[in-house]
Amino acid sequence: MIPELGEFALILALGFSVILAIVPLYGAASLKTLWMEYAKPLAKAQFTFMLISFICLGYAFAQDDFSVQYVANHSNSQLPMQFKISAVWGGHEGSLLLWALILSGWTLAVSLFSKGLPLDMLARVLGVMGIIATGFISFLLWTSSPFLRYLPRYPTDGADLNPLLQDFGLIVHPPLLYMGYVGFSVAFAFAIAALLSGRLDAAWARWSRPWTNIAWAFLGAGITLGSWWAYYELGWGGWWFWDPVENASLMPWLVGTALMHSLAVTEKRGVFKSWTLLLAIFAFSLSLLGTFLVRSGVLTSVHAFASDPERGFFILVLLVLTIGGSLTLYAFKAPNVKSESSFGWLSREMLLLVNNVFLVVMAVTVLLGTLYPLLIDALGAGKISVGPPYFNALFVPIMGLMVICLGLSTAARWRDTSIENVKQQLMLPAMASLAIGVIFPFIYGDGFNIRVFIGMSLSLWIITTVAQEFKGKFRTSSSVVGKLKQLSPSYYGMMLAHIGVAVTAIGITLVSIYSEERDMRLAPGEVIELADYQFKFLGTKPVKGANYVADQATIEISLDGEKVVSLHPEKRRYNVKRSMMTEAAIDPGLFRDLYVALGEPLADGAWAVRVHYKPYVRWLWLGGLLMALGGILTVFDRRYRKNAKQQGVAHA
Amino acid sequence: MFRFLLLLMLFSLNSAYAAIDTYEFKDADKQARFHDLVADLRCPKCQNQNLADSNAAIAQDLRQKIYEMLDAERSNSEIIDYMVARYGDFVLYEPRFNSQNAILWLGPFVLLIAGLLVVIFLVRQRSKKNTSEDSSMALDAQQQKSLQKVLNKDKK
Amino acid sequence: MPRLLLFIPLALFGVLILFLWKGLSIDPRELPSALIDKPFPAFKVEALLQPERQLTTADLIGKPILVNVWATWCPSCRQEHNQLLRIAQENKIAIIGLNYKDNRQAATQWLTELGNPYQFNIYDESGMLGLDLGVYGAPETYLLDAQGIVRFRHVGVVTEQTWQELQAIMQSWGANKNV
Repeated sequence: MIPELGEFALILALGFSVILAIVPLYGAASLKTLWMEYAKPLAKAQFTFMLISFICLGYAFAQDDFSVQYVANHSNSQLPMQFKISAVWGGHEGSLLLWALILSGWTLAVSLFSKGLPLDMLARVLGVMGIIATGFISFLLWTSSPFLRYLPRYPTDGADLNPLLQDFGLIVHPPLLYMGYVGFSVAFAFAIAALLSGRLDAAWARWSRPWTNIAWAFLGAGITLGSWWAYYELGWGGWWFWDPVENASLMPWLVGTALMHSLAVTEKRGVFKSWTLLLAIFAFSLSLLGTFLVRSGVLTSVHAFASDPERGFFILVLLVLTIGGSLTLYAFKAPNVKSESSFGWLSREMLLLVNNVFLVVMAVTVLLGTLYPLLIDALGAGKISVGPPYFNALFVPIMGLMVICLGLSTAARWRDTSIENVKQQLMLPAMASLAIGVIFPFIYGDGFNIRVFIGMSLSLWIITTVAQEFKGKFRTSSSVVGKLKQLSPSYYGMMLAHIGVAVTAIGITLVSIYSEERDMRLAPGEVIELADYQFKFLGTKPVKGANYVADQATIEISLDGEKVVSLHPEKRRYNVKRSMMTEAAIDPGLFRDLYVALGEPLADGAWAVRVHYKPYVRWLWLGGLLMALGGILTVFDRRYRKNAKQQGVAHA
Repeated sequence: MFRFLLLLMLFSLNSAYAAIDTYEFKDADKQARFHDLVADLRCPKCQNQNLADSNAAIAQDLRQKIYEMLDAERSNSEIIDYMVARYGDFVLYEPRFNSQNAILWLGPFVLLIAGLLVVIFLVRQRSKKNTSEDSSMALDAQQQKSLQKVLNKDKK
Repeated sequence: MPRLLLFIPLALFGVLILFLWKGLSIDPRELPSALIDKPFPAFKVEALLQPERQLTTADLIGKPILVNVWATWCPSCRQEHNQLLRIAQENKIAIIGLNYKDNRQAATQWLTELGNPYQFNIYDESGMLGLDLGVYGAPETYLLDAQGIVRFRHVGVVTEQTWQELQAIMQSWGANKNV
């Protein structure tokens, strides 16, 4: 009964989204206030029924209702409760339901937090989001319903959730990532609304900015969490694999970063309007493209997941309609206005534009590398692979150039800046970061290393220029505390995010260059030396978990004869799927991780063991979190609440 | 989310645990080369894993072969050629630079240069406006007004 | 002119969609053999059922043959076995087995129990011949012409449909005497 109720709620939600896609947009086009006013209640109704539908599926999981095919395929009665709940989004159908739920959640949020928005703008934005929701809920109902039953005979127990997904990281990771992907639909809807209404002013940029920033922050947090999870769960000690599924999340993030900066220029200076619109369309389009790549089976990484070509075709049609439609609208209606205001060679406008070029080129590089095997194959020229060596070779240098530009832009002002000014402000940071970059590898490593020099200098360049700029804020102010209070949350957010870039860059540099790793056969009592640490293998013992059995090893780590920690990596065997899994054990630290994973048992109680020494690996994710936090912080800016209202009134 | 779709596929191959070998190398150089080679060669059987990370039987065999070839003092390019002769360009995670892959390798640089040229063009156009600012300002008086309002607010 | 520039994104997207659409009908997991139109790799390996007999490339030359890579540890091999027996009965082409990384006793028992569609079996215990051939997982089936040149590879279970496909390729040789 409950699953049928879920399906029925989904059908009702589709009904509301169809009305939402038609009525307010028609009202806005024909200036009928009443029609436009339907947008808000429709958004609420749509969300309510999506939520009911989602809860019904959750209930089916909690109750072990294995007559539901999706539950039977992704859960088991032995599964701990928290994983039964997260198993709701553990497969294609349920994750798509989450996608649609989050989309309707964003729609609701726009309708709630848009008091200053003129009615026609709101109607258009919600209407566009209704169109997207219509597409995705139809997709769910027609090709991927999670509520189908096994009737009349159903299995007595479920096939279980993939053991790799039975983990805290995977409970939180998908919702965060989806908040980001789907969040870009708001910026997208604002862009389409602007194209439809022809109104593209500073107010429009101001309305879009908080939504964009918050979606970007969620996406960044999701990517960071995913990277961290891969590191501790896969047992390879890697944190980024340039796999198509990762690239699918990185591309919208990069374009979203460009969009945030471009929106800032559009708001402050009224320039780059067409470009900003295009980026808003691209950011969401890349989210949709990612959905296609992951669920259609066109790329190898994901083929086993989507066996149904019908699904791929359906998403492709959605892609053509949404992206194709919006780009057509863009081609005909994007403003073709000549510059409204001028800027010079060393203006902040120009540096932000250059930063946009770098970010977009980085995104295109990732896109090209991800799709190139497909292009070659489609042309009948054989199978090739594009992997980490390619991406590292191209992505890293462009990122370096962008970082140089980032530092420069802290010294630049709007309109134009004098060269003397820039020189004066940046001389000290430049010298300091170069000097520390040279010295660091001597102190930390065993001699000069050009890659460490470049990586460290660039990271320090960000930190020192940001600090210099921050210091400059106090030049004219007598009270430090007063000035600290006076600076806006969005300023602090920006600083935090930029420092985050530096922290991540330090992490990447040091962990890629100074990591050490050894694979060894270890008999009980034997010791491996790695990076001054001694890893002593004390043997294994069997342990029993809720739904698995495991061999648990004890490895005692000491430094100069003094015990640091005991680690307990496991090799698990899950009862239901009968699959083996390595559970790595990690001793985390701000400056280094010690990482131990068990391989295969060998003769005489010995095991194949892998040990890693990973310096500064935590900085990778710390930087990612700082960036996300920075993005969130900008939203608390007072002007978004107060001024948006006044702006709205002025235009209404 | 996308990452765990990847996992579903890993799981279907039953190789979702670390592949750990216990090779002993003659010298550190060989060990480093082994690590580079198994990281940059793709396991032909797996969906998207390098030889180092895969536990598939074929990946184990190929690692063994690489180890033997290194032991027999073969060069990296000989080893790579050996793999390509048997499994095709598919095994190379670093695609070769040839006419077929020219767009892949050069495309980003061409785009970067084109993008920077556009920026230069734009700035030239806009910085010239400094001299004839009034005429361009007159284009959109309404926007200027609202913009001015925004700017004033920020100054406060 | 600038107006036309605004159509560039739409045009690029159109091209992308064409490729993605094409991509839907391609199986990204299907690897073409690197040995197509190249001779079967040279080898000297024992026969499975007669360990004293040394097989070499010469044993594969003379008439078109199918080389079927199989092993007892491979569940899909059991699945295709009946189809192989049917093909052997039709007697249109000889099937040579390549017993890949297997155990001689288990393989012998398998052939006794399930029937033997193979003219003879190459016993590739180490898997090194398989490696030279570019095998990445059993079952795989190779079509060789009379000169011992690899002309086609099928990865996965041989079905009736695969057999039709193979026959079509062989018929095209009949039409084209050059091969």
